[in-house]
Amino acid sequence: MTTRTSTRTSPAQPVAPAPGSALNMSRTTATAARVLRQLRHDPRTIALLILIPCLMLFLLRYVFDGSPRTFDSIGASLLGIFPLITMFLVTSIATLRERTSGTLERLLAMPLGKGDLIAGYALAFGGLAIVQSALATALAVWFLDLDVTGSAWLLLLVALLDALLGTALGLFVSAFAASEFQAVQFMPAVIFPQLLLCGLFAARDTMHPALEAVSDVLPMSYAVDGMNEVLHHTDMTATFVRDVLIVAGCALLVLFLGAATLRRRTP
Amino acid sequence: MMNFNPGSRPPGTDPGGSGGHAAPSEAAADAVRAHGLTVVRGPRTVLRTLDFTVPRGQITGLLGPSGCGKSTLMRAVVGTQAKVTGTLDVLGRPAGHPALRTRIGYVTQAPSVYDDLTIRQNLDYFAAILDPGRAAADRRHENVTRAIADVDLTHHADALAGNLSGGQRNRVSLAVALLGTPELLVLDEPTVGLDPVLRRDLWNLFHEIATGRGATLLISSHVMDEAERCHRLLLMREGQILADATPDALRTRTGADTVESAFLHLVDAATQTARAKESTR
Repeated sequence: MTTRTSTRTSPAQPVAPAPGSALNMSRTTATAARVLRQLRHDPRTIALLILIPCLMLFLLRYVFDGSPRTFDSIGASLLGIFPLITMFLVTSIATLRERTSGTLERLLAMPLGKGDLIAGYALAFGGLAIVQSALATALAVWFLDLDVTGSAWLLLLVALLDALLGTALGLFVSAFAASEFQAVQFMPAVIFPQLLLCGLFAARDTMHPALEAVSDVLPMSYAVDGMNEVLHHTDMTATFVRDVLIVAGCALLVLFLGAATLRRRTP
Repeated sequence: MMNFNPGSRPPGTDPGGSGGHAAPSEAAADAVRAHGLTVVRGPRTVLRTLDFTVPRGQITGLLGPSGCGKSTLMRAVVGTQAKVTGTLDVLGRPAGHPALRTRIGYVTQAPSVYDDLTIRQNLDYFAAILDPGRAAADRRHENVTRAIADVDLTHHADALAGNLSGGQRNRVSLAVALLGTPELLVLDEPTVGLDPVLRRDLWNLFHEIATGRGATLLISSHVMDEAERCHRLLLMREGQILADATPDALRTRTGADTVESAFLHLVDAATQTARAKESTR
C-alpha cells in the first residue's frame, strides 16, 4: 500500500499505547478469556475434546490386551499425538470463523497486536490441552497400566508442546482455507503424512531412506520420539531435551508464520 | 430509547456547511481528506482518483447503488483496504496509522460479532481491547452499559448474539463501534433490515453523537430517503463521486424535490456526458 503521508508535526491527540510487536498482557489474556468463554457456550465440543482421547486410549488398551508392551509404545505416542490433532482442528476452525465473520477485520482495525491475538489463542487452547492431556495421561498411567519408566510430568510437558504445535499449525493453515470444508481437509493433508512417518506404525530407521529423511524434518517425529524417551528412561536424556526443543521451536516458528498471515489490510 | 430530545435537530438541516470544499487553511477542520484516492481490487479499479472531504462533527452520507465502491471507500478510510494510492488523511494522520485505531469506530455491513457470546460478553471483550488493564475495569463497565443502552438492547444484554434477529445483531455490531467514544464513526449500511421505528431511533442517535458528542459520522446507505437526514452527502456511482454537497444544495442545483430524483438527474447527466465523449472519439 502506498498511502502517501502529508507530513504533520503536532499530533492532535496524545498517542495511544502503541500496538507494536510487543505483547500486551491484558489484551492477550482478554483474548484468551474470550476464546474460552466462547467454548463454554459449546459444552459438547468441550466434552468431545476431553473425553475422546480417554476413550481412544481405553479402546487401545483392550485392543492390545494380549501385548501390553505394544500398548506402552503406541499409547505413549498417542498421548503426544491426540493434543496435536485436536488442537489443530479446533484452532483452524476457530480462526477461520474469526476471519469469515469479520471479527478479525474488526479486531485488526482496533489497537490489538497480531501477537496478542495469536498468544491469546495459544494460551486458551494451551490451557485446554493441559486439561485434556492431564486426564488422558492420568487415565493411561493409573488405570490402564501404561508402563512409563520416566516421569509422567515429562509426558505432560511433551503433550503440552504438541498441543501448542497443533494450535500453531491450525492458525497457519486457516489462512489458506476459504471455508470450513477446506479447513477440515487440511487435517489429512498436514497431519496424516506426519502420522504415517512419525514412527508410530514402523520404526523410522526401518523406512525407505527417502521417507526417513522426510520424517527427520517433520515435527511430529520428535514429539513421538520424546514420548518414547520418557517411556524408556528414568531421567531426562539428551535426546529428550533435543526433541522437546525441536517441537517447541517448530511451534514458535509456525506461530510466527501464522502471525504473518494476519493482515491488517486485505484486498 | 435515547435520553435526549429527538426534535433538537430536524433531519436535513444544514449546520452551516456550504457546497464547496474547505479551504486549505481549514484543512484541520476536516475529519477525512482524500486527494487522488484510487483503490484497485484484483483486476478492477474500484475507486478512481477521488477527491473529497468529510467535515468534522457532522453526518456525511455516502450514497449510491450497491457495488459502486461505498464499502471499499470506507475500508480505505478505516485502513483495512489494501492497494490504496493517493493521499488519504484521517483525523490528521494517514489512513491506517496505528494511533487512529482507538479513535475510529467501524461497523462493517455484515455484523461482526461473536455469535457464541452474549451481547455483554461481546462488548466486554472489545472494550478490553480498546481500553485494556485492570485499572480501567470500572470505566469499561460504564462504557459497555452505555453502548448497550445506546442501541436499545439493555433487556437482551445476556442473550447470545447468535440467537438475536438480524437487525439486533447489527445493533450489537454498532454498539461495539460506540465503545470508547470514537471521534470518527464509519458505519457501512447500519440501518439495513431495521423497521422504521428503529431506523428513526438510530438516526436520532447518530445526530446526538454528532451534535452532542461532537463526533464525525460517515454513513453509507443505498436508501435515498436516509440522505435527507445527513448534513452532507457524497453521491457515488461506479467508483466516482457524482456530487459532494448538502442535501439542500443538491436539490437546488438539480431543481429536484428529493435527493433521490437529484441523484437520478445527476446519473442521467453523467451518462449523457459519457456518451457524448464516446461519440466524439
